[in-house]
Amino acid sequence: MVDPSLRVREVTKTFPAPENSLTRRLALDCVSLTIDGGELVSLVGPSGCGKSTLLRLIAGLDAPDSGDLLIADEPITGPSAERGLVFQDPSLFPWLTVRRNIEAGLVARGVLESQRAEVAEFMRLVGLDSFADAYPHHLSGGMAQRAALARALINHPKVLLLDEPLGALDAFTRMRMQDEVVRLLQARRTTSLLVTHDIDEAIYMSDSIVIMTPRPGRIDQTIPVALSRPRDRGSSDFLALRSHILQVLHFAGSNDPAQNGLVAT
Amino acid sequence: MLQSTETGRVEVAARHSPQTSAPELMGDRIARQRPLSTRAVLAVPAAAVLTLAIHLITARNQLEAGNRSYSISLATFLLVAVVLAAAQCWRPRLRAQLGRFRPLFTVGVLLLAVWELITSGFHLLPLPYFPGPASVLQSMITDHALLFDSTWHSLALLLSGYALGAVAGLVTGVCIGWSPHARYWGMPLLKVVGPIPATAWIPLAMVISPSALFSAAVLIALAVWFPVTMLAASGVSNTRSSYLDVARTLGAGSRYLIFRVAIPAALPSIFVGLFMGLGASFLTLVVAESVGVKSGLGWYVSWAQGWAEYAKVYAALIIMAVFFSTIMTLLFKVRDHLLVWQKGMIRW
Repeated sequence: MVDPSLRVREVTKTFPAPENSLTRRLALDCVSLTIDGGELVSLVGPSGCGKSTLLRLIAGLDAPDSGDLLIADEPITGPSAERGLVFQDPSLFPWLTVRRNIEAGLVARGVLESQRAEVAEFMRLVGLDSFADAYPHHLSGGMAQRAALARALINHPKVLLLDEPLGALDAFTRMRMQDEVVRLLQARRTTSLLVTHDIDEAIYMSDSIVIMTPRPGRIDQTIPVALSRPRDRGSSDFLALRSHILQVLHFAGSNDPAQNGLVAT
Repeated sequence: MLQSTETGRVEVAARHSPQTSAPELMGDRIARQRPLSTRAVLAVPAAAVLTLAIHLITARNQLEAGNRSYSISLATFLLVAVVLAAAQCWRPRLRAQLGRFRPLFTVGVLLLAVWELITSGFHLLPLPYFPGPASVLQSMITDHALLFDSTWHSLALLLSGYALGAVAGLVTGVCIGWSPHARYWGMPLLKVVGPIPATAWIPLAMVISPSALFSAAVLIALAVWFPVTMLAASGVSNTRSSYLDVARTLGAGSRYLIFRVAIPAALPSIFVGLFMGLGASFLTLVVAESVGVKSGLGWYVSWAQGWAEYAKVYAALIIMAVFFSTIMTLLFKVRDHLLVWQKGMIRW
């Protein structure tokens, strides 16, 4: 079996500066990153550090100015069903019922007939079987995000990209969803990249945490999370790691000359 | 007596539901208030009696007392109203259901009486331009074959023109909304040609086209095409980018992106265009029929006007109103069916 590892090599991305269309601003400056197959890695950093930009490059929705992006040694040339994406806003298609939303990937790839059985399985997996025929606006935030996860996972992606997927949820739903996402991803050993603002979430969920610094977006360091699962949010190891990361982020933040600021992406 | 009953009921409504929210439908609010006084049930029959009485009195002064269809219709209406009123006394459910229509029908029937009074009654308006309701109904009945035929021709012309324009508008609109090339070349054309009212093309159409019917259909299509194209293009190009991004990462090709993401996302906007186009198509239909086409309700109106038979003009206008509003209602039904997923998201 091919190792579904994700390699980002010296990737640079610029955007046109909003105030002057002739100059460009550096969003990602020579970013390199390797994620082994089956790992869940979090990207943490202040806004404007290029987390979401990096995610869009890996998804293939944007192309880098220079550098390589590889999945299992294959270069990424455009969006594909092997790299699923979940946004903070679930972005369920409002004109489709929950069932049809989850089916969307199968329909798009033309494999609905052969894999129809999986639809019910995934709806059960995310606990939405009783909402199969509801329209998205009837769902709560947590249910909508679970549907979005099922919609991404039904394609059995090699890599799942999560852009602050739990950012809009209330604290209790959020903690429950963190457990659920970890369970779903670990069960199928999906390589995942999670963008988050929440340090606790990053420590609780991921195998390692990549700290990014803004203006221009760079990777500061990668911190492995060597805590056994299931994790205890109150354990002393957890809290020690948390304060260590806060310290790193603080230094990363204070080094930053915010005046020549790059716009948040 | 009638007026005092009405104001009394409105006061009851105000007392019972002072906190009712503003956007609620008037009819719903009126229907919900309880208990309903028994006298309120008599509002419609009472109005019908009044209208019938006024008609019988004015008709006695008329020279030609030949037609009775109006009195018969009013009497039938009265009979139905009395039966329904009696039924409402026994069945509270029926009373609640019909309650919302009561003010509407009462005022409607009273307006007929007012019409009768100012025309045939006191001759406040000059004849033959303003006939009374009785003669309008009479001409509707005597000329029913021609009116039916005209309605049929109008329907055929309207539907063929509308279908042509809507389909063409959808195709060009989706192309302009989706492809930057189509937008670059299509938008200037749309902005220059589109705002010209379709009726302004009539002189040109008369010269070019082999048949008046064909050119009328094309003009109606043109009138529909512009708003549908405009709104479809704007709907498609305003599709939320996250829908498209997600669909791409689900393995969607451009066919899926256009037909299963962009067009459904644009559907609310497309329907706005279809409604605007429908209004424009009515206008173009009537103008085209009164100028070139030798059939249809528009032709009937100008033909009857030529003979100074104004009762027939009004008869055709009433049929036109019913005809157009039925088509409008059908389009609403189609929209409600296709946009069922919006229910609860926006107020229609």
